[in-house]
This record gives sequence, C-alpha cells and structure tokens, in this order.
Amino acid sequence: MIIDYGMGNLTSVQRALEEVGAACFISDLPRDIKDAGSIVLPGVGAFKEGMKNLKSSGMADVIVEATNEGVPLLGICLGMQLLATKGYEGGETDGLNLIPGTIREMQAQAGERIPHIGWNEINHCQDHLMYEGIKDLTDFYFVHSYHFDNDDNHAVTTTPYAGGFTSSVAHNNIWGTQFHPEKSSKAGLKLLENFINIPFNV
Amino acid sequence: MLKTRVIPTLLWKRPGLVKGIGFDSWRRVGTVLPAIKVYNMRDVDELILVDINAYSEGVEPDYEEIAEFTQESFVPMTVGGGVTDVDHFKKLLRVGADKVALNSVIYDKPELISEAANNFGKQCVVASIDYIKTSDGNYQCCSHSGSQIKDRHPVEWAKELESRGAGEILLTSVDKDGTMEGYDYDITKQVTEALKIPVIASGGAGNYEHMAKVVTDSGAAAVAAASIFHFTEQTPLKAKEHMATQGIPVRLIK
Repeated sequence: MIIDYGMGNLTSVQRALEEVGAACFISDLPRDIKDAGSIVLPGVGAFKEGMKNLKSSGMADVIVEATNEGVPLLGICLGMQLLATKGYEGGETDGLNLIPGTIREMQAQAGERIPHIGWNEINHCQDHLMYEGIKDLTDFYFVHSYHFDNDDNHAVTTTPYAGGFTSSVAHNNIWGTQFHPEKSSKAGLKLLENFINIPFNV
Repeated sequence: MLKTRVIPTLLWKRPGLVKGIGFDSWRRVGTVLPAIKVYNMRDVDELILVDINAYSEGVEPDYEEIAEFTQESFVPMTVGGGVTDVDHFKKLLRVGADKVALNSVIYDKPELISEAANNFGKQCVVASIDYIKTSDGNYQCCSHSGSQIKDRHPVEWAKELESRGAGEILLTSVDKDGTMEGYDYDITKQVTEALKIPVIASGGAGNYEHMAKVVTDSGAAAVAAASIFHFTEQTPLKAKEHMATQGIPVRLIK
C-alpha cells in the first residue's frame, strides 16, 4: 500500500512498483495500513506539513503500530525523513521516531549548490538486502535540501555532497532512501524489487 | 560527486510536440509519448515538459494527459505550463511531476513561489526565466512564450525568485533558442554567480561543445536542449561522453 497523505508523487511510485511486479494501491485510510502486506511512504514536500497531515489523518499512529508488528515499510525522500526522531524544516517538529536521527538542512561546501538536485552516487557502509544486485557507486536521483543526520548503525549508504550525508537508512523491516528509486531508472527499479521481496518479519 | 545533467526539453503544443526558433515558427516534431519512451529507453538524466499554450489560453494543466506521460517515465520530469495557483501545483505533483516550472504567472504573482516552496519544499519549485538580449546589449525578461517584454533583468529577477524560495532556475535565451549556435554564456554566468541554487542553461545548444562550455565557463548545473536532439543525430549520451572528456562529472550508464 502506498500511503496518501497529500504529499507527493504517488502515481510515479505506484507505476514503478507495478513495473517490478508488485500489486499495489494508493490509500488515505488508516485501516488499510493494517491489512497491507507492506507499505510505502512516498513524499515530496516539507517536513512540518507532512507530519501534520500524517497526524491529522490518524496515519501516524497506525504506521508505527504496523511496523512494530513487522510490516515492511519503505520511506522515500520526505517519507524517509519522516521516519526520524525530529526535523527542522518549517520549524522543529517531531517525526515518527522509527529510526533515530534528526533531519537538518544541508550545508553547501565550496562550489556546491543547495538544493542537491540530480544524480549522485551511493557508497555502501554495510551489506544490505536493499542493494542486492546494485553496485557500489551507482547513481541515483536526488532532489532535496534537508538530510538525515543519524548514527552509523542505521546508515546503509552515504553520498558525497555537503560534506557527505546518509543517503539510505534501515532498521529491521524499515527502509528509507533519500533519493527517489521510482525516478532512478533501472537501479531504482531494482531497489524497489528488493523491497517488495523482503521476507515478512525479518 | 553530483553529476551534471543533460536534459531534453519537450515543448508540448497540443496535440503534438513542437520545436521553434526564437520561440516562433513552430515545427511539429512528433508526439509526446513516443518521445518520452525513447528518452527513457536511452536512460536520460531528466526531462522537461512544457505546455507552451496553457498559460496564454488560460487553461489549467491537462492532468490526465500529463499522468499518461509521467507514467512512462522512470526518470524525473519537470512539468510546466498553465499553473496559476498552489492547487494546480499540487495536482501536477500528484500526477507524477517531480518538479513544477513556473514562468509567466510569477511576474504577477511572485508569492506563488514561496507558497509552493512552503507547501512542497523548495526542491520541486523550478522558476523558469525567459529573456532576450536587446539591441543595445541589455537583457530583459519576457513572459507568455517570449511575447511580452518585462521590465526585469534576468539576474535581478533570478535573485528575487531565489529569495522567495525557488529551488532551481531554468534560464532560457529566447534569441538563441532553436538557433543551435550556442548558449548565451555571458548572462548564464552572471546568473549562476549571483545565485546559490542550481541553474539549468537553456536555449541555443547546437553541439556537445556548447554544453561543455556552458558548464565549465558559465557554471550551469545542468544543460537543457531540444533542437540538437530533434534535428540532428546527436544524443544525450554522446553529449555526456564528450563532457566527460572535458573533466565534467556526468552519469554514464555502464
């Protein structure tokens, strides 16, 4: 199930998941989360607004319950950021607190521009199912101004920009990517395929 | 390292795809959907799709049609044309646009940039600036597909739009557009130097060297082009291979 909370490119995510063989649907009903085999939290937007929508619709609590029960979750871009403990886009806001960390604004280094827009590589910091069949240094598509500031245990890849930042995270059945796999061509589709093949209750 | 993007621009003049010279003399160059499929097969970095009549005709973006286009694209698409309020912006994102370009509307309603940035994050707000070079060597912005001259200088206007929350600037020379004689390197450089956000250079690309030059000499973060891909045998991949030989980081599919 793809969570509709008013933020983002839902149809692109749906189309890409279908392309790799997933049966999926878009819903804004909390009760649908309980029945879903796995959930995707997409997202284009600002942290504060995203969290507000998740809470007011009653989705936030149900997402946390479902993942605690072992339902796999993939957060994409803003959806990945919302997994964090808190964020600072639009003012300090509590996140879903599923993966410890803070969402902070990126700081450009010499010669860099923010937002970080375009294709950039990933460096694996641990072997992970997420990147099965995907080589180190593969390019993915990023479009963001904030990043996930976290401890090393949950970082799966980093990407060299703004001093280096965490470009994907994982904690048990919960995965998150700062880049957009649904817009990262073949490598992105492979990652989505890896996600839909997560064994339940890993 | 962040790669320099090569972005084919698709100008959509319903029902087909067109390309003109100096924002005029439009030539039909096929239809949108097959073009998107081909560019995806070739694994391009990104696509820009602009509905060039929507705003002048006062109609909203054709969401249904755009959804069909975005569904065939597994690379990012920036969509522009006909957006006049934040609700249109939201609907475009919902049907699969990754970024939304705003152009003519922002001269009358610059606050739309900040509204969109606050709601959806600045990373998906592309401020599009068309400009002409006047006979005395000055630069002026223009709107409505180049038909209305605005009392704005591209550098000042770009700075204002950045401060209002634009995440990226699509900077197009109307004079150079379709000529294939090269980008306007001078003004592009002035704009990139005045800004902290990425600038996409557009208008005038005729060969790979033009693309490399606007990156190395003018500081563009990405290059957009249309005629070169429609009317010549040159391709985005070959462009990137050339740029790589000039030391520009690009995404080459292995």
